[in-house]
Amino acid sequence: MYNFTYHRASGLRQAANLLAKFEDAKLLAGGQTLLPTMKQRLASPSDIIDLNKIDGMAGIELKGRNLVIGAMARHADVAASPVVQQAIPALAALAHMIGDPAVRHRGTLGGSIANNDPNADYPAACLGLAATIITTKRKIVADEFFKGLFETALASDEIITKVSFPVPKKAAYQKFRNPASRFALVGVFVAKRPSEVRVAVTGAGASGVFRVGEFEAALKRRFSPKSLEGLTIPADGLAGDIHGSAEYRAHLVGVLARRAVAAAG
Amino acid sequence: MPAVSLTVNGKPVKATVEARTLLVQLLREQLRLTGTHVGCDTSQCGCCVVHVDGKAVKSCTMLALQADGANVLTIEGLATGDKLHPMQEAFRENHGLQCGFCTPGMIMTAVDMVHRLGHELDERTIREELEGNICRCTGYHNIVKSIAAGARAMKGDAAPHQAAE
Ligand SMILES: Cc1cc2nc3c(=O)[nH]c(=O)nc-3n(C[C@H](O)[C@H](O)[C@H](O)COP(=O)(O)OP(=O)(O)OC[C@H]3O[C@@H](n4cnc5c(N)ncnc54)[C@H](O)[C@@H]3O)c2cc1C
Ligand code: FES
Ligand code: FES
Repeated sequence: MYNFTYHRASGLRQAANLLAKFEDAKLLAGGQTLLPTMKQRLASPSDIIDLNKIDGMAGIELKGRNLVIGAMARHADVAASPVVQQAIPALAALAHMIGDPAVRHRGTLGGSIANNDPNADYPAACLGLAATIITTKRKIVADEFFKGLFETALASDEIITKVSFPVPKKAAYQKFRNPASRFALVGVFVAKRPSEVRVAVTGAGASGVFRVGEFEAALKRRFSPKSLEGLTIPADGLAGDIHGSAEYRAHLVGVLARRAVAAAG
Repeated sequence: MPAVSLTVNGKPVKATVEARTLLVQLLREQLRLTGTHVGCDTSQCGCCVVHVDGKAVKSCTMLALQADGANVLTIEGLATGDKLHPMQEAFRENHGLQCGFCTPGMIMTAVDMVHRLGHELDERTIREELEGNICRCTGYHNIVKSIAAGARAMKGDAAPHQAAE
């Protein structure tokens, strides 16, 4: 790892100022993506701004019909939270499927979605639940937040502070793990909301997380795995690599979507 | 160089480190606590697991400076004098190790597992919880057995092994 200057931010404003001041600065949340990347010398920021000592960034609370989770909430805390388990059990279950116990003790919601790894789990939940990402500058709806591989709508000096998830009627997440990395080879998040049904897919898209309109329309007519029988998505535009071809991933999307609908009940 | 002060295995420690120094490097290279191992450079093997403020973390994926003010427990802090911690004893009795390289991480992960999930751990839970710990030798079978036995043994064990937490 190349050396850098370390800043322990004590407040959000200070963190935002430091981030704006240094051109090559990076925020450090759980470090479970950034530090391995730096160890490989794939990133070499001049300055690291540590968010871990800022108070009040890891809260989890139900506000009316929204579950609001702080950007610094650890995967383990989301998984174990009675509030999350009660309001959106699928989200608690998803957090529990990320990585391993040690990764879940450090990794955060904000870090995961800011990173927007095409095989990460949280982006599927944000898109599937129609979440709103709240930053130091504005509110961004999930449909406009994820912009492709490792790309988001965040400006270079913008910090995610929390994410607001509208509580759905039902939801479920199904993840087909890559047997080596345990990231999602494909993951499908299905949510039945008062006004719509959403089907969000991670792992499969050549440019990151996406929704499947045709599945959503069929499920809106009737929320049952049967509604998806015979429906497929084209392999065009899906990722294909040594872990699985685009055709294989397209097949998995159908299988996992049906399982997710069944699991949502 | 920046300074860091923390508690390691119950003792206060002060050190100066580079910003890029990882917690595992501080433990091994400066404090000479070489029981914590480094088995990969991709944060995947779990040989480096220690407890920070009572939670299992990969010490290769945390900066030493981030441990400022923290309470760190390493494999060296588990035993009481010559008496092994029940989880260590269970690994010994159940042949839970061959070369032993992964063992410190396995044991620290196992103790954390018991803290979170209790003393009756079924095979499936143990295997799932070992997701982040890789062993090249044993095939995991005896590790799983050791953890189940160690978890039960920790129940009757009143000694303050976790004094540092
Ligand atoms: C062994 C292993 C297995 C894993 N398995 C999975 C898995 O199965 N599924 C999965 O989804 N992920 C997995 N991960 C990734 C893990 O979930 C990470 O925790 C997550 O991707 C990044 O979160 P972090 O808090 O660690 O962020 P960091 O690594 O600290 O930061 C990641 C990026 O986000 C930026 N950032 C962080 N916080 C903010 C913020 N509040 N506002 C703006 N930008 C911010 C940082 O500057 C950096 O660029 C795994 C990681 C490891 C090491
Ligand atoms: S050395 Fe830390 S996970 Fe491999
Ligand atoms: S005993 Fe040799 S790596 Fe596990």
